[in-house]
Amino acid sequence: MAERPEDLNLPNAVITRIIKEALPDGVNVSKEARRAISQAASVFVLYATSCANNFAMKAKRKTLNAGDVLAAMEEMEFERFLEPLREALEVYKKDQKGRKEVSEQKRKDKEKKTDSENDKSREEEEEEEEQQRMEEEPEEEPEEEEEEVVEN
Amino acid sequence: MAQTNPGKDSQASEAKKLISLPTSRVRLIMKSSPDVSSINQDALFLTTKATELFVQHLALTSFNNGSGREANSLDYSDLAKTAEETDTFHFLTDILPKKILARDYLESLEQLQDEDADF
Repeated sequence: MAERPEDLNLPNAVITRIIKEALPDGVNVSKEARRAISQAASVFVLYATSCANNFAMKAKRKTLNAGDVLAAMEEMEFERFLEPLREALEVYKKDQKGRKEVSEQKRKDKEKKTDSENDKSREEEEEEEEQQRMEEEPEEEPEEEEEEVVEN
Repeated sequence: MAQTNPGKDSQASEAKKLISLPTSRVRLIMKSSPDVSSINQDALFLTTKATELFVQHLALTSFNNGSGREANSLDYSDLAKTAEETDTFHFLTDILPKKILARDYLESLEQLQDEDADF
């Protein structure tokens, strides 16, 4: 369990943006409503995770996979999410594949130079790329986590 | 309220951003769930995306069903109402309780005490 409760919150600025994009133009969203939606989103993650994990455990797997999450959505009666999720996953997987191919190519090019020298740097690169793959798109604006959007 | 930034938008549409929420934060929350050992990358992506869809769905449903609609606003009470009235949002009733005036709460407490006194 995380020791600091705010670690389980999602960044306010991003939540606010998502809310605004979902609502018609010019709707005033109170600060209290924003905070409540953010907390609801965290609870949603927990609920979805718990649900997905049940499916994984049933299948005697220790790793949560995509199928578990989709099954959880159905269980939670959010079938409306299934199609957009599947579509997004397809794009995501293609993108991941593309990046992997690029980094593998880079690695092959490097290997042509020196073999022993690169054993260590390859490990570091893999870790870096893993990080990048996971966080590159969503964390374009890391500073926003501390921003409090002030409404007129 | 400025909502569009042309420069940013053209960049974003080029990158075709799939998700906005940071997966690292979502992973943190997921890991806090008991019995979860590891989470595969696709599962993390899907959960993040699903959370965004959820935020949109909750906001829009609450706005459409709530009394704030006339005032073109979304307030806490709209959310609490939706949590109570919409099945799929029932799991939120604990964290989105309806608010009542302290006066009314005390009144109903007194009523309960009166009922107990009859026994």
